[in-house]
Amino acid sequence: MVRDVSFGQYFPGKSLLHRIDPRAKLLCFIAFVVVIFFTFNYASLGLIVAAMVFLVAVSGIAPKFYFKSLKVILVVVLITSVLNLFYGSGEAIWEWWILRLTWNGIHRAVFVTVRIICLILASSCLTFTTSPTELTDALERLMKPLAKIHFPVHEIAMMMSLALRFVPTLLEETDKLMQAQKARGADMESGGFFKRVRSLIPILIPLFVSAFRRAYDIATAMECRCYRGGSGRTRMKILHMSARDIIAMIATALLIGGVIVCNLLLASVI
Amino acid sequence: MSAVLEVKNLSFVYGKGTPFEKKAVDNLSLSVEKGEFIGVIGHTGSGKSTLVQMLNGLIKPSEGQVLLDGRDIWSEPKKIRQVRFRVGMVFQYPEYQLFEDTVYKDIAFGAANKGLTGAALDAAVRGAARFTGLRDDLLEKSPFDLSGGEKRRAAIAGVMAMEPEVLILDEPTAGLDPMGREILLSQIVNYHKERGNTILLVSHSMEDIARVADRILVMNHARLHAFDTTERVFAQGASLDAIGLRVPQVTRIMQLLRQRGVDVPESILTVDEALSVLSALLKKEGKIW
Repeated sequence: MVRDVSFGQYFPGKSLLHRIDPRAKLLCFIAFVVVIFFTFNYASLGLIVAAMVFLVAVSGIAPKFYFKSLKVILVVVLITSVLNLFYGSGEAIWEWWILRLTWNGIHRAVFVTVRIICLILASSCLTFTTSPTELTDALERLMKPLAKIHFPVHEIAMMMSLALRFVPTLLEETDKLMQAQKARGADMESGGFFKRVRSLIPILIPLFVSAFRRAYDIATAMECRCYRGGSGRTRMKILHMSARDIIAMIATALLIGGVIVCNLLLASVI
Repeated sequence: MSAVLEVKNLSFVYGKGTPFEKKAVDNLSLSVEKGEFIGVIGHTGSGKSTLVQMLNGLIKPSEGQVLLDGRDIWSEPKKIRQVRFRVGMVFQYPEYQLFEDTVYKDIAFGAANKGLTGAALDAAVRGAARFTGLRDDLLEKSPFDLSGGEKRRAAIAGVMAMEPEVLILDEPTAGLDPMGREILLSQIVNYHKERGNTILLVSHSMEDIARVADRILVMNHARLHAFDTTERVFAQGASLDAIGLRVPQVTRIMQLLRQRGVDVPESILTVDEALSVLSALLKKEGKIW
């Protein structure tokens, strides 16, 4: 079933991560993702992994769902790590045809694997513990300075929240359409690549038609409620920064500092 | 008469092993005779939809068997597609599944998947279009240019064209205007009479069910509440009330009259029936002539 995908899902809860202000969480997340790619030796990589394990532990979400989110990108991880394995420079320790294994390549493979896994886990951490509304609210608030240069901040945030809102709806609809076309004997499980792509047509066309229909409905509904953009709108939920959020940001800053120190003091292996 | 569909100890559990685990169908056994017209009623969430989707192998039962002509449909999972041609399924709001560039091609989709070609395919498509009252000139139009009711009928024709031995319709009249409901329902009845195949009709409209069904299957909280002739099920007004269903309005009125001592039968199912019983009664008493 299509609905089995857990990546990007939100699980309501009351854990520490759930309670952190979404703006602080988003900032910490961005900093964390950037710093993942500034790890050049095992000490700094270890710091990141430790932080990641800590985050997963305090998120209050069963590890099973994190594994599920990783399953989706398993192939990507495998391909990139194998490519990196034979892409290193330096002295070869094993050679066959065009394949050249080096210590540098092994390190690269380890780093790229851990980095991608941490990247996915971190994004899962964010989306598992933050509702789409909170996330877009945070984004809109953080991007607000850009409105000064006539960047349509509110419109973009509104588009994002609408898009996110309709992900589960469209997934459910896909599921229904698949059942309906299967009932008419559509064969989606066998045949070669082109046959399989062709067999998606009976699903995709009705799906697009209904997506457009929903878009028009939403537009009409918004106009009926006199929606006219973001200027002058007040919020029902006003975000508040608390000591908890400041501590979270300080912790992230310390992590970044730790990674920089490790990079400065120890030699890089890749 | 022989059983065309038989269900033995059928169960289905959603989200097994997660906190959202829910039993949708619980240990259900029943059998449907060839040529019967069965009405399926029950509350939203009572398991009707899950049950009918198991009957043509769209979802695999957690436990139990579905027998089609005495053979377990899951005995050869690779041939499950063949089962879907024999047990046709029309989902709720089927008009959203139309996708081809002409109505004709869309109706032909299922039948062509079944393997029909040439004249046989053409006959199946035109036959199905006739049953659902789609005029010939509509067949060459794009399905997206049809009206809501026409789209609905085109989608139903798409399943009828597969010439299934059992046809399951999940709320085929939902969202249609009274006239459209009436027409569609009589088209289904005519189709049933002419083809002599088996029909399962899921509906929330007791009036519709009372008019067409030979037997009624009542679902309540994932279990089979009753499975009996239409008269006998609707004679049990109190038992249906208890699970939040009701008998057709006219049946209820006649039952109330009976309680007040008027000599009318217990289960009058249609307004016409009620009319003839009441006028016969009045004639007897000399009030009209």
